[in-house]
Order: sequence, then structure tokens, then C-alpha cells
Amino acid sequence: MKISEYKFSRILKPSLFVLLLLPAIYYGWGVWQDALGANPLEAVIRGLGDWGLRILLLTLAISPLRRLLNWAQLLRLRRMIGLYAYFYVVLHLLGYLWFDQFFDWEEIWFDILERPFITVGMVAVILLTSLAVTSTKGMIKRLGKKWKKLHMLIYPISMLGVLHFWWMVKLDITEPVIYAAILTILFGERLFNKYFK
Amino acid sequence: MLIKKNNELSENEVTDFSVYQNRRKFMKTAAGLGIAAVSGLPIIEASAKTISPYSTDEKLTDYKDITTYCNFYEFGTGKEDPAKNAHTLVISPWDVVIEGECENPGKYNLEDLLKPVSVEERIYRFRCVEGWSMVIPWMGFPLADLIKRMQPTSKAKYVYFETLHDPKQMPGQKRAVLDWPYAEGLRMDEAMNPLTLMGTGIYGKDLLNQNGAPLRLVVPWKYGFKSIKSIAKIRFSEAQPVNSWQKANKNEYGFFSNVNPDVSHPRWSQRKERRIGQFRKIKTQSFNGYGEQVASLYTGMDLKKNF
Repeated sequence: MKISEYKFSRILKPSLFVLLLLPAIYYGWGVWQDALGANPLEAVIRGLGDWGLRILLLTLAISPLRRLLNWAQLLRLRRMIGLYAYFYVVLHLLGYLWFDQFFDWEEIWFDILERPFITVGMVAVILLTSLAVTSTKGMIKRLGKKWKKLHMLIYPISMLGVLHFWWMVKLDITEPVIYAAILTILFGERLFNKYFK
Repeated sequence: MLIKKNNELSENEVTDFSVYQNRRKFMKTAAGLGIAAVSGLPIIEASAKTISPYSTDEKLTDYKDITTYCNFYEFGTGKEDPAKNAHTLVISPWDVVIEGECENPGKYNLEDLLKPVSVEERIYRFRCVEGWSMVIPWMGFPLADLIKRMQPTSKAKYVYFETLHDPKQMPGQKRAVLDWPYAEGLRMDEAMNPLTLMGTGIYGKDLLNQNGAPLRLVVPWKYGFKSIKSIAKIRFSEAQPVNSWQKANKNEYGFFSNVNPDVSHPRWSQRKERRIGQFRKIKTQSFNGYGEQVASLYTGMDLKKNF
């Protein structure tokens, strides 16, 4: 599959850019209009985390989709999607630091030490930062072969992301199980592609 | 109709909440000055008569928030689910089975249980284990009144409560999230404490289904999950009952579950809480601020072990 360069860079990519911005607009609007229920700050923090994880999984879906559809252009969307995942993860973290802890660093430090779901979340966001800052063309060139190796970190990061959600949930693990299932499929496709094709 | 006492107070249906609050404030002052009787102003019966010494004068949480932000897994695990799904619960007629170590066991119709009691307003802080809290103007009567009528025997050391178990009415029970029916328990002295309430209403109106209609427990110094909703069974027992959350995860939830900022939960620090409707968090108080009334129940107990 292939679409014209014009359609790709003038229509598909900008549309996707706007589409991925919609959740942020929704939460901004929701806070403004007080339309997020009785506990809006928690709704915002949770919602941003959800979208960070969803878009992270979308990033990981690009390669399998490219193979499935035989559509090489898709790869050129991956950096934007990956940076969007980082954008939501950072907003999610900021929401926690601000609305949950009000920048009480001692309390935050206790949280990181005492609560495993926070620990893995923090590790994930630190690792993801290393990918975000090396996503520029210059860095790709400069790092050469090492770049590819470094960006393999996306696999443990996505696992930590799902684990972060799983351990946060009190009892009903339906949602994290769905994310874990999707992640398993995305990983499975890669293994299958590597060893059985 | 059920719970007539509450229905008589339904003026709040036409009263704006800020007015409701202001009037309460006025009446408190008026009562203090002793001018209520001579002021000649129309005074709402219930709230005028019963400004309970146990009530807090903190700002009330909005009725809308209280009735739309609920944990009631019988109707779904999301906070908004109970308000959407609880309409399937049939609260009239309602029976409560009373059994175990008491002189007057049996199946009681709710109206019969409520006939001899007088429902009053109690404004309590409500602290959820998840780190949020509300201030709720409950309507209800002391659990002690009901217990005395049932005449527990000397073997009755604990009171066990059970929510209705009927997946047709409570669709959330089709999934084994918790071990249904939901169960809770109190030690007898906790149950007899004057703070412990059998709740029948909120804001002068009957309880809505999502808030545990028609009859629920209100134990303000414990985390919210202890205040079991839609009670269908009460049992007096010699052995300490196992409550649902303890059964689900005994490392995280204990039997006592007293609000305690010094006992950190593996999922949430309990040092602070978000009062629904407020931006900044506030400090959580020991026993949710009811230490004066209940701390003595636990003298000599290691509250870190008995969380």
C-alpha cells in the first residue's frame, strides 16, 4: 500500500496530529467547564495516563501494521506518535506532582520508595525521556547503530507502563489486562516475524 | 411509603443547598442565643430540632457529588457506575433478617424496624480509603437503638452485616470482583457507640439506591468501605467476622480500618485527603477527627498492627 506524498504529508500526518491532540483538549475543556465529575483532578491525572499508555501502544503497533499492510510510509509517522505518548506521560506525571502532591518532594520521595506502582512509573518515565531527547534527526545520525539499540528500551518501558496501571488498580483489573493482551499481541507479532518467517 | 420521617423533610427538594446551609448556620446561632422560639421565623422542623452535638459545621459536599461519585461494586467498579445502574435495586418492600446471638431474631420489614426510632440529622466527615473525603448530612438513627431492641445475648461480641445478594437487582454481582454478598462487621462497643448510625437519608431526602438505600451503616471514624450499604442481614456473633475487603486482600485492608494518617496503605499515603469540591488537599486526622468520641475504644491496642 502507498498513498501519494501529498496525501501523506499534507492530509494524513496533520490529521493524525490533530487527532492525537484531542484528548488533551478534552481534559483542558473538561476542567474549564467542570465537566469531569466530582473528582476532576483525579479524572485528569488518570485520563492523561490512559492516553499516554494507549499512544505508547499505538507507537508499537506501527511496525506490525507496516508489515501487515505492506505500507512503508507508516514508519514516518512513528516519531510523532512516540513523542505524543511522551507528551501525555509527562502531563500525567505533572498532574501527579502538582494536583496529587502539590510538589511536596518529601511525600513524593516516600511514594516512589513505598509504592511499587509509582516506582515502576517513575522508572518508565525516566527511560522514556532518554528516547524522547534522542528522537531528533541529529541525534539519530550521531548515535548511529547505538540509536537503534537505545530505542529497544521501548519494550521494557511499555511493559513497565502496563505494570504501573495494573498495580495501581484496586481490584478490578479488566482494563490493565486488556492493555497487557494488546502488548502481548504486539510483541508476539515481532517474535513471529523474526523467528518463523 | 417507606421512611415517612424522611419524606416529611422533603422541603430540601425545593431548597437550594447554599440556602440550606445558611439556614442551618442561622439556626445554630439562633439556638445558641435562645431566640429561635421567639423569632417568629418559619423554621424547618427537623434541622431546627436536631442540630446534633456530633455534627460538624464544615462545608457540606454538594448533593450531586455525593450521589454521583460512589463506590458500590454491586453496580459496577467505576465511580459513576452506581448512579447509572442502581435503578434496578428494588427497595420497597425491604426485609432485614436479624439472626445469631440475640433474643429477638427474625425477618423484619423495614417499616417495622423504623417505626420506633426517630430519624435525625448528623453531619459527618466521610473518608474513603482511596484518599478522598466528603462532608455528608446524613439522616439516620443510632445503631445502638436497633441493637437494644434485638436484645443481644452475652455471647454477642460482634455485629455482622450483609448487603443484599441478588445479581438480578445488582448486576455487578454477576462478576466475582468481590466475594458476594458484601459483608462488614463491628465490635459490639463500636456498634453501640453513639456516633454509629443507621443511615436512611442524605440532605433530608431518602437515600438514593447508589448511596445504599434503604438502610446503610455510617461509621464516620472508619474508612468508607466499613459503612456497608443496602443492608439485608444483621447477625450477632461471638467470633470476629471477616469483612469483604479483608477477604479480598488482607495485607491492605483490615477488620478495624480506622482512619489513621500514620498507617500508610500500600496504594495510597493516608496522610492527606482530597475533600471533594476543593482544590488543595487537607491533612487527614486520626480517627477522622472523632478521636474524642472513639479513641478510648482502642486503648492498649496496637493500631499499626490492627489496621
